[in-house]
Formats: sequence, C-alpha cells, structure tokens
Amino acid sequence: MALAIKENNQLYITSFEEFEKNINGEAKNWLKDLRRQALTRFDELGFPTTRHEEWKYTNISPIAKENFIHGTESDAGLVQKDAVKKFDYDGLDAHTLVFVDGHFNADLSLIGDLPEGVKVKSLAEAFQTDTDLLEQHLARYAPFQDDSFTALSTAFMNDGAYIYLPENAVIEKPIHLLFLASDRNEPFITYPRNLIIAGKHSKATIIETYAGTSDNRYFTNCVTEVFCDENAYIEHFKVQEESSNAYHISTTQVNQLANSNFVSNALDFGGLIVRNNPGAILNGEGVESTLNGLYLGTGRQLIDNHTTIDHAKPHCNSHELYKGVLDGSARGVFNGKIFVRLDAQKTDAKQTNQALLLSNTATIDTKPQLEIFADDVKCTHGATIGQLDQDAMFYLQTRGIERDMARDILTYAFASDIIDRITIKELRDYCHHRVLVKLQQDRLEGIDKE
Amino acid sequence: MLEIKNLHVEVEGTEILKGVNLNIKAGEVHAIMGPNGSGKSTLAQVISGRDVYDVTNGEISYLGKDLLDMEPDERAREGVFMAFQYPVEIPGVTNSYFLKTGLNEIRKHHGLETLDAADFLKFIKEKAKLLDIEPDMLNRSVNEGFSGGEKKRNEILQMAVLEPKLAIMDETDSGLDIDALRIVADGVNRLRNEDRAIIIVTHYQRLLNYIVPDYIHILLNGKIVKSGDKQLAFELEEKGYDQIKADYSSIKTKLEETV
Repeated sequence: MALAIKENNQLYITSFEEFEKNINGEAKNWLKDLRRQALTRFDELGFPTTRHEEWKYTNISPIAKENFIHGTESDAGLVQKDAVKKFDYDGLDAHTLVFVDGHFNADLSLIGDLPEGVKVKSLAEAFQTDTDLLEQHLARYAPFQDDSFTALSTAFMNDGAYIYLPENAVIEKPIHLLFLASDRNEPFITYPRNLIIAGKHSKATIIETYAGTSDNRYFTNCVTEVFCDENAYIEHFKVQEESSNAYHISTTQVNQLANSNFVSNALDFGGLIVRNNPGAILNGEGVESTLNGLYLGTGRQLIDNHTTIDHAKPHCNSHELYKGVLDGSARGVFNGKIFVRLDAQKTDAKQTNQALLLSNTATIDTKPQLEIFADDVKCTHGATIGQLDQDAMFYLQTRGIERDMARDILTYAFASDIIDRITIKELRDYCHHRVLVKLQQDRLEGIDKE
Repeated sequence: MLEIKNLHVEVEGTEILKGVNLNIKAGEVHAIMGPNGSGKSTLAQVISGRDVYDVTNGEISYLGKDLLDMEPDERAREGVFMAFQYPVEIPGVTNSYFLKTGLNEIRKHHGLETLDAADFLKFIKEKAKLLDIEPDMLNRSVNEGFSGGEKKRNEILQMAVLEPKLAIMDETDSGLDIDALRIVADGVNRLRNEDRAIIIVTHYQRLLNYIVPDYIHILLNGKIVKSGDKQLAFELEEKGYDQIKADYSSIKTKLEETV
C-alpha cells in the first residue's frame, strides 16, 4: 500500500482553478501565492493512507475517494431558522455568526454590539477590509507543509470567521460561530477557515459549533488559527455535531505569547469519520495552555484526536484531559504529543486520557508521545482504558436503580468530569442533555438490533 | 419473610455454601457469625443478588416470592437492602443524587410520588444529622475519599433513607472504632421494628453488645452448624471458633459412624 492516495488530485486541482477564476481580481498577490503554494503542496502530498505514521489508526480513504462537489453557494433557503435554533444553546446570549455550507449568512446571524475596536466578521469580508492583519497572521500558525488537509484548507480558504481583539479589549458575551451543513443531495465539501487575533490583555470566549441538518454525506475540512498576544485570555469551545454520515477534519492551532492563557474544550458527538488536531505552541514565558476534550462514539463512528503541545519557552504549564466514551462498534484514537524544547526549562506538562468502552466491539488506540529536550521539567502522562465498574453497577442496583439507568449514571459520571468544566451554563446544560440522549439513543438502537 | 432452603452456592467451581437453611420472620434480628472463609459474606451477597455467585441448588423465598429469580434492583425495590462490607466509590456521582435516585426508584415502584430536590434535601438532612453525617458528605462523590467510618455511616444513612423490609449488614463493624460502632449500632437499632427483619453478618461478638440479636447462627465451612439465642455469642467468645469447629467435626464424625 502506498503512503498517499492521489487518484483524486485532479478533482481538487480543477475545482481550485474554478474557485480561483471566481474570485479572480479580488485576491492580493500574497494571498494568491499562498493559495497556490498550498495547492501545489497538496498535489505533492495527496491524501494520507494508514501507512502514514500520523494516520495509522484512521483510514480516510472514503474521504480521499469521494467526488465532493466544490463551490457550493450560500443558500439560506436550504437551512431553516429552526436549525439555527437547535444549536443556539437555549437562546444563549451571544454574538452569533452563522455559516451555511462554509459561507457567512448575514440573515441568520446576530452579531450585536461590540466594544470599540473589536472586529467580529466573516473572513470573506476581512479579505477586503483587514488585509494587512490577515497577511501578518493568516496561515502563519497552522502549517500546511506536512498536512494534506491544512494544505487544502489554505488553498481553498475564502470564508469563515475573523475575530480581532485590540489591546485590553474584553468581550463579556461569548462569540458563537455556528457552521451548518445544509441538506443537499450530493456529497459536498466545505472549508471553514477561522482566524482569531487576541491582542495584549484581551479576553474573549469563543464557541465553534459544527452541525449537520440532515443525514447527508459531506465533508467539513476546517482550520482555526488563534494568536494570543501577551496576557491574552481566550476560552475556546468546539462542539462537533455533524451528521451521522459526515466527515469532519479539523485543525485548531494556537500561538501563545508570554503570560497568555488559552483554554480549549472540544466536544465531539457527531460525524462518521472525525479527526481533530488541536495544537498549541507555548511561545513565551508564563503561558498557561489547556486542551480538554470529550468524545462520544456510537454505531460505526471513528473519532480521532491528535493533540500537540509544544513547550518552546521556559516556565509554562500545560494541562490536557481527554475522555472518550465508545459504544457499539465505534472507534477512538488519541495521540498526545508533547514537545519540550531545549530552552523550555521549568516546564510543567500534564496529560491524561481516559477511555470508557461500553461494548465488546468498541475500540480505542491511545498513545502519549513525549519528546523532551530540556532537563529541568515536569511531564506526566497517563492513559487508562476501562469498562464500566461492575462493583459500582451492582452497588447502584442494590439501591433500587435499574441496570440501564445505572449504566447511564456511571457513564455520565465519567463524562461529567469534562462537562463540569464548561463555564457557560447553557452550553453545559446542552452537553449534559446531549450525553444522556446519546446514551439512551444508543441503547434503544441496541435493543432494535437484538 | 425470608426462607432459605438447602442453599448451595459456587464461585468459579468452588462450593462455598453447602446447604444453608435459614428462616427469618419480620421483626427478628438474626446474627450470622463465622470465621473468615466460612461463607457468611457469600450468603449476604447472594441474598442481595450479586451475579458472580452460582446457585447450584436450593431456594430462597422472600415474602412468598422467588428471590433468586429477581434482579438486584428488583430486590431492592421490594425492600431488600445490604450494607456493603466494602462500600464502592463512585467518582462523579454525588452522594445525594445517588440516594435520591435510589429512593425515587423505590417510591415509583410502590406508586408513591417522587421527591423533588428540595423535599429530598430536607428529608436527607434530618437523616444525616441522626447519623452524625456532615451535610458536606452529601455533596461529595459517593464514598470517594471517605474514611472507613464515614463509608459505614453512609451505608446506614442509605438504609435509613430506603427503609428496607429486610436489611443485611455485611461486616458493618469491621474497621470501626468504638464511637463509630456506637453510631452505626444506634442507626440500626433505630430501624428495628416489628415489620422489619435484620441480618447481621459479623466475625466478632463486639457489635452484638450494641445490637442485641434474637437469634445467632454459626456458619462454618458453608453450613450453619449451630443456632441459638444471644447466649451463643458469649459461648463463642469464650471458646472461639476452633472449639466450635472441633465440637462440630466430632459430632459430624459420630453421625457418619452411625450412618
């Protein structure tokens, strides 16, 4: 088997030419060059196979072989208002940007008032208005040289969210970026691309939600880049609720300068094949970085989280807690990379990942990967894989609680470790409910199969 | 209330209980005593429905129903309760949620209205006070980080909340200091009434100073070899299990000789 699948490259090249023609004249030279470089790199890389070390447990050949439709126009008619309502977290008061099939939709969005100097808008608009900042930051943090999907994202980047917080800006309400996939007959691909620039001492909470509105097959290939300047504090949530037949591949890459704090919570419920690459570079002293995640896989879902924490400077702390619940024939992958560079003395890095397998056919592949070049550091990692504690099951039952309910209580308790850390009440309630519904749904499906 | 006939139980092919007979009526307190490995905890676990034990022969009837045919949660809803020798820690589930869920499941089963959070809190706080349980313990995860004494008191609290018809105390006295023992015993005594039967499984006579049983049974090597009133405990204290064992084996030999 080859390292790469290239049989579909022509589709992407043709689609790119079409894409470039449509936006011709609009793009500045640097952007045009960047897109072209990325496309060329993709053409060289092709799609990875499981021979590729980074993709050993995740076979994306269904993605590589699918003839995805490119260049879907924004069509709000395809998405009803109630679809937006379904993911508005019980009317959470937020600055909301809605995207349909990767395109910003002003009618469905409600950005509201923002503090002076703060910019929250579509990337498509920012290409017109904020060229200098884009040139300075866009595609600087998520490298595409070794990653086919980031290369594609960079080649096709055109829309998504653009958030700019000037020095000292504090946004009280969360910013919600809702990416909805419409109900189309043919498989299609979208490339949401987000850029968050957080100035010195700025503070914001950002929620990214990716959701399907049907059972369709489509592919969300998204990249979010975050730049945290000194003392910036960004709290980030990513809720993945794609359709049960959708593919979702995401990269979230953060560059943190001194004393900044980035906290991420990734919540994966949907999708058929899901791969997330959250990563942070701790690029100044005194940085705090947290990557937490919860994933619930059922049926034939595959959910892969490849995290990277790169300690580049001394005196930084990183915290990582990933928890997975896998039922049915679902598969999970966790790969946690931690680099501690030569310069990064007094690093304190902690990584924990735990998986709970609820069925005999669910599987998890888990691998911590620590590369430490400094000698005065503290790095801990722990991985546990388990099934429901039978003693606890029995204990609950002897107190009058039925087996199914006992199972839900224990599974929920396992997941609550992450859910309880969600600082936004509405989102926490949503996740709480979502976990229980998903568990019950799965059990009902299990009964049907029997 | 509880009738055990010729109960044989195996674990992974090893016979632990070898024909136990026991008859317990409402209002009675029975103590089952025996040395380590005699099968007394197995008996408690089989009554509560632990599925690692294979019942190879015999029957257990509870309030006229076939107990062995019921799931552990059904038994609980019908009023069977076991205080665990080793209470299980359940991280992420608060003690009060755990208690409320169990209670409400049982209430639903009996056609009673479920208690909401506020009513339950009031109800539980009173019960907790009687057992010298800090309110804080209700908000902590079930048994997580509890001391040995706290765990045992928590078991008694659960019993007080669930108000079972048949309560089995599996070595509830183990690992308790004298003050904790007294609190636990008080809790049990408070629940003693004519409708409720209590089985106390213990190695030592000590607990029986505080909870005075109506009957004592001595379990040796999977069989009840001697039954009597509370005097038996003193006899046991005096002679020790070895003497009882020796007595028993000589009787057994004689019996075998006559056969």
